[in-house]
Amino acid sequence: MRLVVASGKGGTGKTLVATNLAAVLSSEREVVLADCDVEEPNAHLFFPSEEKTLPVQTDVPLFDRSRCTQCGKCADFCQYGAIVVLKDRFMFFPEMCHGCGGCEVVCPEGAITMGKRSIGHVAFSTPRNGLVLITGVLNEREIMSPHVIRETLGYASGHPLVICDAPPGMACPVVETLEGADTCIFVTEPTPFGRHDLSLAAGVASVLGVPSGVVINRSQGDDGIILDLCRERNLPVLMTIPFDRDIAETANSGQLVTDRIPGMREQFRDLFDRACDLRRGE
Amino acid sequence: MMVCVTSKGPGPDDLAEERFGRSPYFLFRDSEGGEWSSVPNKFADAAGGVGPRAAQVLIDKGARVLITGNIGGNAHAVVQAAGIEIYLYRENGTAGDAFQKFCAGQLKKFS
Repeated sequence: MRLVVASGKGGTGKTLVATNLAAVLSSEREVVLADCDVEEPNAHLFFPSEEKTLPVQTDVPLFDRSRCTQCGKCADFCQYGAIVVLKDRFMFFPEMCHGCGGCEVVCPEGAITMGKRSIGHVAFSTPRNGLVLITGVLNEREIMSPHVIRETLGYASGHPLVICDAPPGMACPVVETLEGADTCIFVTEPTPFGRHDLSLAAGVASVLGVPSGVVINRSQGDDGIILDLCRERNLPVLMTIPFDRDIAETANSGQLVTDRIPGMREQFRDLFDRACDLRRGE
Repeated sequence: MMVCVTSKGPGPDDLAEERFGRSPYFLFRDSEGGEWSSVPNKFADAAGGVGPRAAQVLIDKGARVLITGNIGGNAHAVVQAAGIEIYLYRENGTAGDAFQKFCAGQLKKFS
């Protein structure tokens, strides 16, 4: 079973929900927490622990300059602007390359072969009994976050219970994280931005066929703006987290609310059960 | 000497465009005179990688001078490597105005 915690809007509390869920569940069974927010992974801040890392590599063209005739076919083919051919030489921008290998295919001189290039890494740690944290990290300046997410999920696959902390937004990185998931929790806040982005992100989950529910964070009592949308879209509200100073201080100091605030453990346990019920259409 | 001006429209009476890679049109004219020619930028709305691909258009057209408002790092590297000089035009005039100012030596060279 793979459960994704996503949001649409950034900063709504994905990591709060994902880390606390993982911590609570790890006291009763084995859990993998996969941090797929590879451009800015932060679940590890709540689970300081020694890490082991493996590199993430992507394909990249290697050029034999002695064979290149500056014909320009590779630059013409490249949809990502990674190759530019000048009169007497060419320029290659590795961080713009998506590693598709098309340049190798179209080069009439056989001047291009494919090699490997590191774009990030995956970190592994065991911060608590029963909990394995797998963190995808994309290097700065790099753009291929879906590639790093795919590898991160690959290391987690096959495990009976995987909780994913998704990236914000609703573009390729979120699609990569959501695709094939069993259930999804969207964390939102009762603001117009929260509503707008939840609406878009829930549309993505719907297209991908992933059943989803909503956690309203920073509730100050009147959540009508979100509740209206949830009714319209048939999205169940699974949990409401109050706008509370203790919760904010606990999270901001890198601690888990389920370790510090009475009643939170039970609420997150219930959240998990409700998210599982979504999967069965209950 | 072939000069390129980034432009919001296909003619010299259209407003000059501040951005390079996402400029809707590239206008070309020889500084010694002659006709204007125009190339629509097919990368203007692309998701990414627009700078180097736009620079490739200038190289293919044999431009020696680029007049624009702003240029990104990758495109700048390509334009510089190709030996194309960059002059900055950041006023609200037309592409034709920008060209006239360049010919009169009134634009600042960007390096």
